Formats: sequence, C-alpha cells, structure tokens
Amino acid sequence: MNPVLVDLVWRATVETVVMTFASGLISLVFGLPLGLLLVATAKGGVAENLWINRLVGWVVNGFRSVPFIILLVALIPVTRLIVGTALGTGAAIVPLAIAATPYFARIAEVSLREVPRGLIEAVESMGASRLRIVREVLVPEALPGIVSGFTVTLVTLTGASAMAGAIGAGGLGDLAIRYGYQRFETSVMVVVVVILILLVSGIQVIGDRIAAALERR
Amino acid sequence: MKMDKTIAGQPLAGPETAPAVAEIRGVTRTFGSARALDSISLTVRKGEILGLIGRSGAGKSTLIRCLNGLERPDSGSIRIEGQEITDLSDRALQPLRRRIGMVFQHFNLLSAKTVIDNVALPLKIAGVAPAERRRRALELLDLVGLAARADAYPSALSGGQKQRVGIARALSANPALLLSDEATSALDPETTHSILDLIRDINRNLGLTVLLITHEMDVVRSIAGRVAVIDRGRIVEEGAVADVFARPVHAVTQSLLAGIRPQLPAFLLGRLGVNGTGPAVFSVDAVGADAGRDFARLFGETLGAPVHLVHGGIDHIGDQPVGRFFFRAEADRLAILARAESLGPAIHVEFLGHEPGSR
Ligand SMILES: Nc1ncnc2c1ncn2[C@@H]1O[C@H](COP(=O)(O)OP(=O)(O)O)[C@@H](O)[C@H]1O
Ligand SMILES: [Mg+2]
Repeated sequence: MNPVLVDLVWRATVETVVMTFASGLISLVFGLPLGLLLVATAKGGVAENLWINRLVGWVVNGFRSVPFIILLVALIPVTRLIVGTALGTGAAIVPLAIAATPYFARIAEVSLREVPRGLIEAVESMGASRLRIVREVLVPEALPGIVSGFTVTLVTLTGASAMAGAIGAGGLGDLAIRYGYQRFETSVMVVVVVILILLVSGIQVIGDRIAAALERR
Repeated sequence: MKMDKTIAGQPLAGPETAPAVAEIRGVTRTFGSARALDSISLTVRKGEILGLIGRSGAGKSTLIRCLNGLERPDSGSIRIEGQEITDLSDRALQPLRRRIGMVFQHFNLLSAKTVIDNVALPLKIAGVAPAERRRRALELLDLVGLAARADAYPSALSGGQKQRVGIARALSANPALLLSDEATSALDPETTHSILDLIRDINRNLGLTVLLITHEMDVVRSIAGRVAVIDRGRIVEEGAVADVFARPVHAVTQSLLAGIRPQLPAFLLGRLGVNGTGPAVFSVDAVGADAGRDFARLFGETLGAPVHLVHGGIDHIGDQPVGRFFFRAEADRLAILARAESLGPAIHVEFLGHEPGSR
C-alpha cells in the first residue's frame, strides 16, 4: 500500500477512535444517571415515582426503537444547532451519543436492578440518605456489570461510527466506502476490516479485564 | 396472654423495671387483605435479650422492620427510646435508625467494600471522620475476632465470619438496640453457637439491648432472658424463657418446643388410654428450686404406691433448672391431681392416661 493510503488509514483510525470514545463518554455521563433514575423510580425503588419512571421509560424506548441510520439523518438539524455543521467527525459524535445514551441507560439499568434488595435495606437501616445509597451501594455493587455494559456500548458505537461514515463523518467506515467500495481498492477494505476487528477485540479484552478486576462477589 | 413472671418464687430483677428501649403498642400492618401484624404490643427493655419466636410467615420480620421504619405500620404506636417514630418522615427517621443496629440472615455485606469499610460504613453515614472511623472499625473487628481480615473482601470469608462482620457493622455506630433477624439461620450448628456466644458476650459486656428473631427454640433457649411467641401477627405467649419452656400454654409454643423439650416417646404415649386399668402415667413440670424436688417420693407418700420415673429429667436454661418428668404409678387420676393440688400452682402436673392391663 502506498504511503498516502497508509496515512489515510491512520487518520481514519484516529477519527473512528475519537468518535467511538467521545460519544461513549457522553453516553456514560448521561446514560448512567438515566439508568439510576429508572431503577430508583421503579416500584419498590429508593425514590419510587411511577410517573417519572414511565415517562423516562417511554423516551428511552422511543430513541431505542428508531434505527440508527434514520436517527442519523433525523438528527441533522440538532447536530447543526450544537456543532454548527452536520458534516465531519465532530458532527457525527452528536447522533452517536444520542443513540448510545438510552442504549447504555438500559444496560446500566439491568445491572443496577440486580443489586440485591437486602443490601439496599441494610444500608437504609443505617440511616443512609438516598444519595448515599446510590453512592455506597447501587453504583459500587453494580460496577462490574456497568463496565461490561459500557464495553458493549463502545463495541456497538465502533460499528455505528462506521455507519456514520456513510453521511460524511470520516473514519474507517468512510474510508472503506470511498476506497474499498467505490474504487475497488480491495487492500484498503481488508486493512479497514482488520483494524476494526483489532479495535473491537481490544475494547472487549480491556473491558473484560476491568470488569473482572472489579468483581468481588 | 400473661405468664407467671416469677421464677421459683423470686421476682425477676432488672429487666422488668429497666426502662423501655423499644415500645410497640397496638401495631397493625396489613398487606392487601392479609394481616401480617394484628394489634401487636411488645416492650424491649434496656439490657435484656428478648427472643421473638414464631413459625415462618408469622410476622417476625415485618415487626422488626417496623422498629427501624423500613416498614410502616397501618396503626399503632412505636417508641424508640421514648420517641414516637410512626409519624416521622423518611428523612427524620435517618438519625433514629443510627440508634438501631441490624443483623441479617444473609449478612447483607457490601461485596464491593473490604471488611473494614463495611464495618465503618454506619460511621461514614453518621459523618465520623475517616481516621476515627478506621480506629473504631478495627476495635470492633477485634471484638468479633476478625481484625486480621480487615482488608479482605467479604467473598473471601466463611458464613460465620461474614456474620461476625455483620455484627461488628451493626455495633459500630454504638446503637441502643440490636435487631437480629434470623442471624444464625443460614449457619451450621457449631457456627450458630459461636455467633450466639458472641451476641451474649456483647449483651453482657456492653449492656446492649437485643431483640432476637428466630424460628428456632434452641436459639432462644441459649441466650434469651425473655421470649415472646408470635403467631399469625399476634403475640400469643410471653414471659421468662425458663417459665415458657417449663409450661408452654399456647399450642404454637408447644409445637415449637416439641423438638427440644422431653416428650413421652410415642410408643409409650400410644399405649395410654383414659379408661385403661393399668398404672397411670403423668407428667410434672417445675422450674428453679422446685425442679430439684423428689417428686417420686412426694407423690409416693400420698398415693401409697411406688412412683417410677419413666422419662424426662432436668435441663438448664441459663442458670435456671427446668424439670420435666414422666412418672408411672398404680393410682387413679383423682388421687394424682389431688396430690398435685397440694404442691401449689408453681408445679404443673398433667394426667396423661392409664396403661392397659389389670389393676
Ligand atoms: N412486602 C410484602 N408484601 C406482601 N406481603 C408481605 C410482605 N411482607 C410480608 N408479607 C406477608 O406478611 C406475613 C408475615 O411475613 P414476615 O414478617 O416476613 O414473616 P416471618 O419473618 O415471621 O417469616 C407473611 O404472610 C408474608 O407473606
Ligand atoms: Mg422473616
């Protein structure tokens, strides 16, 4: 492969990594509180409120039922509003984060809900406030599951960011379409696929290691 | 049901006059149409170990959870150290909950925290500074014999060790009352004993008040001073453990006691009939000094016939001898009961029947 292509592949890889991790981080920051809200307001939760629970549940489900490629297009006005443009890596982060947030919120919710009721009651019986219960029990006890869930979210985002390439987001997906598909540069296609495999495996291995290290049960 | 509150004629000192730590009055709690608690009244006095026993589903956990506000009663009054808690908001309950330590059947230790951090958690919640928390947690781990495992995670401990940590955690914030909900039910008999010994030592050495919930009479018998029996949400029997063991009145108490009180073996009991013509068989229950009296002689003299011990003997509950004897004698029911009458109300005699055969 010629040096120009190597440079292109390198830059595309960086763009994919940036898109994946930036949107992943945003989904973590917003998705975890959302997951907590879903668990806390559920029946029997530490701050039971079925109306809020249903409302948040609907919004989350709404976003999750729209296919990513449609969300990508539908969110173009929002993206323009936030980033100023709908093109490029920075712009792709907006729809990626918006799609990943409810996705991760549901995954976090499952881990949080699995925290045994007895542990929450034990700490409640010590006179802990709700915030304290969240900080000392819910999050630490669910952390291995949350880390695994975040790993899954990052892997999914890696794939989704390639899809975002289709509307000019840059990254490996964009490269694969322009060179591999439109110009029949099979070698570029192969390299892109190999890099994606390495990227996803790397995320999975690191995520699994961290989750295992946190697992104390 | 009021039980005789004396043991062998001596009034019980201490617990009866000590101030109440927890006072439950007419507490009712329903789930749907089911009454988990039906107008329950119970007082836990300072320094005592009160055993609350009942079958599964009797309402024990619901009652104990009402005491720290994890469960709200529908009606009735609950006072902790004199303060009414039933009308408190969740937030107002928080400082009060710190006065009550709780130990659970399944330990409920936080798996993500080390042993010492588990023990220190109530102190953290109470706003104690880190250095002081650590010092106090180590002190308690020392008390329960686990100082060496301070930095281990709970998953590395055995069940008995986990419960020791649970007890240390319940004690760390210096509670006025320790609630134990089936704390030994998940443990093997040997570990159960060591945990009960620990609770008793803590009660003796620190003067801590304990409300101990269990479905096992053996637990009550080992360490409780008083016992209350709960059935279908009601207290059906209450009194000093030795008294209740000597003379259980309610059918539920009798059946809970069946396993550990001497019972006439079935093959002997099966032979007895009210209209038999053979020797009579009767039981004698007595507590304290009375338990040591020579009943065979006492009855033999009046009945004019030899009286033989067929089963039973003297057991000890705390330092109280509790006697339960089964005798056989060539006599009739009326003569036996007349003699029993003259022995006074502290000694309980029951005519069980006659063996078949000629008289
Ligand atoms: N949260 C609840 N919802 C419905 N029923 C309950 C609940 N908690 C307890 N109960 C019922 O109340 C009764 C007493 O339960 P519990 O206090 O747990 O009994 P115990 O601890 O003596 O086994 C049982 O019949 C149980 O099914
Ligand atoms: Mg129970």
